[in-house]
Amino acid sequence: MDMMKKVPVREQDPKVRATNFEEVCLGYNEEEARAEASRCLKCKNPKCVGGCPVSIDIPGFIKEVQEGNYEEAAKVIAKSSALPAVCGRVCPQESQCEGQCIRGIKGEPISIGKLERFVADWSRENGFVPAAPEKTNGRKVAVIGSGPSGVTCAGDLAKMGYEVTIFEALHEPGGVLTYGIPEFRLPKEGVVQPEIDNVRKLGVKIETDVIIGKSVTIDELLDEEGFEAVFIGSGAGLPMFMGIPGENANGVFSANEYLTRSNLMKAFRDDYDTPIVAGKKVAVVGGGNVAMDAARTALRLGADVHIVYRRSEAELPARAEEVHHAKEEGIIFNLLTNPIEILTDDNGWVNGMKCIKMELGEPDASGRRRPVAIEGSEFVIEVDTVIMSLGTSPNPLISATTKGLETNRRKCIVAEESNGKTTKEGVYAGGDAVTGAATVILAMEAGRAGARGIHEYLSGQEEA
Amino acid sequence: MYKILKAEKLADKIYLMDVEASRIAKACQPGEFVIVRMDERGERIPLTICDYDREKGTVTIVFQIVGASTERMAGLKTGDSFIDVVGPLGNPSEFVHDNLEEVKNRKYLFVAGGVGTAPVYPQVKWLKEHGVSVDVIMGSKTKDLLILEDEMRTVAGNLYVTTDDGSYERKGMVTEVIKDLVVNQGKKYDVCVAIGPMIMMKFTCLMTKELGIPTIVSLNPVMVDGTGMCGACRVSVGGEVKFACVDGPEFDGHLVNFDEAMKRQQMYKTEEGRALLRLHEGATHHGGCGHCGGDE
Repeated sequence: MDMMKKVPVREQDPKVRATNFEEVCLGYNEEEARAEASRCLKCKNPKCVGGCPVSIDIPGFIKEVQEGNYEEAAKVIAKSSALPAVCGRVCPQESQCEGQCIRGIKGEPISIGKLERFVADWSRENGFVPAAPEKTNGRKVAVIGSGPSGVTCAGDLAKMGYEVTIFEALHEPGGVLTYGIPEFRLPKEGVVQPEIDNVRKLGVKIETDVIIGKSVTIDELLDEEGFEAVFIGSGAGLPMFMGIPGENANGVFSANEYLTRSNLMKAFRDDYDTPIVAGKKVAVVGGGNVAMDAARTALRLGADVHIVYRRSEAELPARAEEVHHAKEEGIIFNLLTNPIEILTDDNGWVNGMKCIKMELGEPDASGRRRPVAIEGSEFVIEVDTVIMSLGTSPNPLISATTKGLETNRRKCIVAEESNGKTTKEGVYAGGDAVTGAATVILAMEAGRAGARGIHEYLSGQEEA
Repeated sequence: MYKILKAEKLADKIYLMDVEASRIAKACQPGEFVIVRMDERGERIPLTICDYDREKGTVTIVFQIVGASTERMAGLKTGDSFIDVVGPLGNPSEFVHDNLEEVKNRKYLFVAGGVGTAPVYPQVKWLKEHGVSVDVIMGSKTKDLLILEDEMRTVAGNLYVTTDDGSYERKGMVTEVIKDLVVNQGKKYDVCVAIGPMIMMKFTCLMTKELGIPTIVSLNPVMVDGTGMCGACRVSVGGEVKFACVDGPEFDGHLVNFDEAMKRQQMYKTEEGRALLRLHEGATHHGGCGHCGGDE
């Protein structure tokens, strides 16, 4: 084998997978995993660990994989991560662990994500589960939201002996892992549910259908229901629209709605009741991972799909792997293009989208070159469905109903990065609710910090 | 699971259920709604809370069969359960938070159309409990479709019932009753609250605008999550985009773009029709009969 190159990972053929919702990437088998693990240089001062937001002992678990001790490898990962099967699949490794790998200087970095995924999948298939604490300390902590930050925080607190209840507004736990990221990237029954069940096995209770701020408030949880501390991991789930004419036409969806219908409600399956408008020709506006997910979902529902993005390919915020997969599946990219109006027929249905060509000007505050409209370059794309994927912001429901909880101008909860402490005593927060839309692994890191903060807070109270 | 303690057919295609949901029963206020999902395969369906019993921990919902999902739901009996009941959602009616003395000084007119009587009832009841007597107009297509008349009679100050076909009480639309009360009987109202089919709310608003009565409507657009994360329920109010589930469901009726809202309600008409066909005719229809395109 070529030690400079990654052991290739098996994937479904693009033509076949474009018509189904099965997982695209099939992952490594034992032989492939051990071969890839053997490429690791086992650095004394491993840069990869510094690139991982939760600092997994990467050379440590890779050494175990190389030797075939998969259970040991799982234990090494479990010390730092509660969701390895998820993170191995959805982390942007190229800008994290793998981006720091020494092997990557002259050749390709170690496939750390695929190895983590292999270990996690092996653990699940072989019934390896994390050990539950022997007894609890009887102190109750509430966690709001069952996405990556909440689940991580709950798992960590349970391991420390706390009695943890997660409150989830939707009918299934998992947050964006359940409603946002599609089956073909992250299988729900096969991967997400078992990983959340592992957290239940640590003694964590999950109460679904509870909307904090409506069904019960944080103040009531603290004052009436006996919780001593609260962690808010409610995410950033409020979709943005462009504010252009015609945006309320029939056939215009937020990516959140489109993906929720497909992923959470399983609208892509005939035996489920929730409908979805598949569309014949779909434009997805935006260039992030969510845009790629929505585009690839529409493609699988049978549509011709265009990604419409106002900057150029180099600025696409989506992971390189997702862009590559989308192109392989036949998604067309209309770059340097910005919608200015949605056109409709007499019945209020979309029948076109007026766009304008863009060029890149000077870098803006984010460091990316600012797109500038080219005057007189308007043109119309004929489409019957438009999916807006322009980003999301935190839902103000919780902050609006909790006394003394401060938010900033972007409606994000103000919290300390090291321990999640908010402006309200006993209340901690982390993940997208604090940072705005970011990544799964950063949310997990924040959940971990929040658990640490809550433990310090409650330990201090005991002494007082 | 959320147990159904009472399931009752109120009229043709209209059903009432008392459902165990203690958190919601404890927290809910008039004007708010719940989302229910009947089973694993079910959709999330928004339904206004029609009544609640804080001690028994139950909420009452009323729904009408409009598609395959609600038809399946109508088959549930006392003792069955919903897999999910979420809420309370949306904002309470304005008067819940207003100064009670000011509320008492206002003259309210409630207009309930068809199954919209269900969400009007808890508002009128709340006002009666707080010493406010209000006028209520109930409109129905026919006598047989009239629901909750006795319940409404016990909480309303004056109740005016009208049927489109004249099969009971007055004959005619609710708008004609409004006009009669104000123009012929010289009644004065400070606020009108109209809840019912979108078309009825639209025409009520046209009438009250003419008569100069500020009007609140409760919108019932398509919803998915009901918590503000998708925008399926977006409506234009005064030229601004609002999400009915978190900004509403009650809005200033004179500012609502009803034509757009009605078009958006039709978005899944074809899919709903198809699902209903599948439910009635099962697999036998799937070959395609040559006339309707089958299941394509």
